Amino acid sequence: MLTPELTQAISFYIFAAMVLAGAILTITRRNAVHSALFLIVSLMGVAGLYLLQQAEFLFAVQIVLYIGGIMVLFLFVIMLVNLDQAAKEKQFNGQWIVALVSVAAVGLQVFWFLGKGGAAFKIAQPGLLPAASALGNTEQLADVLFKEYLLPFEIASILLLVAVVGSVVMAKKRI
Amino acid sequence: MYPITTAHYIALSAALLLIGTVGVLTRRNIVIILMSIELILNAVNINLVAFSQALHNLNGQVFAIFVITDAVAEAAVGLGILIALFRNKETVLADEVDLLKW
Repeated sequence: MLTPELTQAISFYIFAAMVLAGAILTITRRNAVHSALFLIVSLMGVAGLYLLQQAEFLFAVQIVLYIGGIMVLFLFVIMLVNLDQAAKEKQFNGQWIVALVSVAAVGLQVFWFLGKGGAAFKIAQPGLLPAASALGNTEQLADVLFKEYLLPFEIASILLLVAVVGSVVMAKKRI
Repeated sequence: MYPITTAHYIALSAALLLIGTVGVLTRRNIVIILMSIELILNAVNINLVAFSQALHNLNGQVFAIFVITDAVAEAAVGLGILIALFRNKETVLADEVDLLKW
């Protein structure tokens, strides 16, 4: 029987597999275009996880901004700079063993503590928003964003302006 | 295994963060290092949304929006630096950029 919980669990594991497989393939491929395409798979998995948690607005933002915006920017730059030479060379630097060992140590700690104390996160089960509000996720988010976080929102717009000006200045040949 | 709890999302987010860290630390190609940073920021976002859902509070999702904004700014500036670097040094490998190394 397909109960809602079972459907949710199956979707979670499918999206998690997408995220992790895409991420691993992203950091191991030799060709940067392949890396970018696998990163898109990973980001789509993350978008699916947002949808699974009823964060519909973030789902749309993830698709439009990440996959539509940032990834196109990455692909443009990959085609702008010549990566053929880099693809022929060694892909991993000399400290990869040290890096792998230290990351594995951190991972062991994190998963050991999650295994021991994962039950402490059962503050409430995800997937069941009790706020039986008539408003949807986007409206609620807009309320919080434009009432409580109005100043950070404006600062973020200035940050984006600075980033635009900065990247144009850096990518331009002569100012 | 199931039902899916917040701990599942946190475990997934931790795994994604570690994969992204491995990418940043071991790859030589700067484009792929920047992609790994995107993976790390996505891991943070999964965490924020999971806790937002668990605590029934939308502040986490607002924070995720700000993290996405920062990711956009970071990608734009980072790729601008990469283009300037490639024009001056003809390389995209991080360990060949060693002007400040003694």
